Amino acid sequence: METIEPLLAEHPIFQGIDPKYISLMVGCASNVRFNAGEFIVHDGDKDNEFYLIRHGTVALDVYSPTKGPITFLTLGPGEVMGWEWLVPPYQTQGDARALDLVRAVKIDATCLRAKFEHDHELELELLKRFVPIITERLKALTIQLLDVYAPRTHKSTF
Amino acid sequence: MTPRPFRVKRTYPETEDTFTLELEPERPEEGFSFAAGQFNMLYAYGVGEVPISISGDPLKPLPLVHTTRSVGLVTEALRRLKKGDLIGVRGPFGTSWPVIPARGSDVVIVAGGIGLAPLRPALYHVLRNREEYGQIALLYGTRTPNDMLFTKELEQWRGRFDMEVGITVDRATGSWRGNVGVVTRLITRAPFDAQNTVAMVCGPEIMMRYTVMELTKRGVPEGRVYVSMERNMKCGIGLCGHCQFGPSFICKDGPVYPHDVLTPWLRRWEV
Repeated sequence: METIEPLLAEHPIFQGIDPKYISLMVGCASNVRFNAGEFIVHDGDKDNEFYLIRHGTVALDVYSPTKGPITFLTLGPGEVMGWEWLVPPYQTQGDARALDLVRAVKIDATCLRAKFEHDHELELELLKRFVPIITERLKALTIQLLDVYAPRTHKSTF
Repeated sequence: MTPRPFRVKRTYPETEDTFTLELEPERPEEGFSFAAGQFNMLYAYGVGEVPISISGDPLKPLPLVHTTRSVGLVTEALRRLKKGDLIGVRGPFGTSWPVIPARGSDVVIVAGGIGLAPLRPALYHVLRNREEYGQIALLYGTRTPNDMLFTKELEQWRGRFDMEVGITVDRATGSWRGNVGVVTRLITRAPFDAQNTVAMVCGPEIMMRYTVMELTKRGVPEGRVYVSMERNMKCGIGLCGHCQFGPSFICKDGPVYPHDVLTPWLRRWEV
């Protein structure tokens, strides 16, 4: 029977990681799938998990009562969904839904945080891998917020 | 310096605020040719003159094709032109995309918003001479799905097996099923050999800044990343000084530059 260990090890976020950490995380991991349109997490959920996407596309949305769901990011294979599990109150911001069939490895963050209490090296290893992702997302979000393609607010001489 | 009279052959909207003009010269015997990336000064008679990149095919320079956005008095006057109206054209001016030096290399074209218009001539060139290049990738980012230019051609390019087309929007509502996120995110996934790539980038300056960062992070040498700059071009021949940028004049020494030439000047507020 195929175990989840190779699925964890081959995901880009764990590229080059010491196999002992994979073994430690396996107990917190499960294989999951979502059909197109299915919600993976809802805004405000207690974020006690994160997902390593293996297949398909996930849309991250914020719901507006007047505009409906506004997608601000899509994630694909090889990417990670969810980082709020790192910081109290471990609460999801925004909805995540599958745009097509999504296969992923779900990591139970409560389980993982419990392991951190006994293994700070594992915690550091995970932080070193998540911080660049968070930094990249913040950088991307900054550009989006700047709305660089928007029409000029001042009348141009052109 | 005297504008040549051209007549509007066709005009049509691309999006809510962008439009394309197709122009025929009043004196066709004088001909017209341009290189991908160059611009013309378009003169809306009685209103003013503006620099607009040529968005057509360099191999079929006529009708002369310009795609632009209505942002002020002159471009709004251009938008209101009808078939048969006359306008003045001076040009072509400026430097061009490095489609000849890029032979034998992979080519990555990164466009943001209206920035696809000046890049389209380069894309026409590399696709027409497809066998001279390695991988070709077009990465295009816009504000929303409704702001996308040249949608029919984008569909055709996406259908080709010999190029990669990545499209993303900054935000989406409703039925959009494609990527959402900034265009720089497409760079990490695009197939190209960074060391042997020539990148051509055009869009808002902030978008270009982050794009160049991502391309160089991926390993593309900065001197092989070309950007198209926009400043207040007036005379088009480097005399008036309105478009001076550091030691160069964008209308004459640009608008297309290797990025490393611009690096010392790009983040200076006073330039």
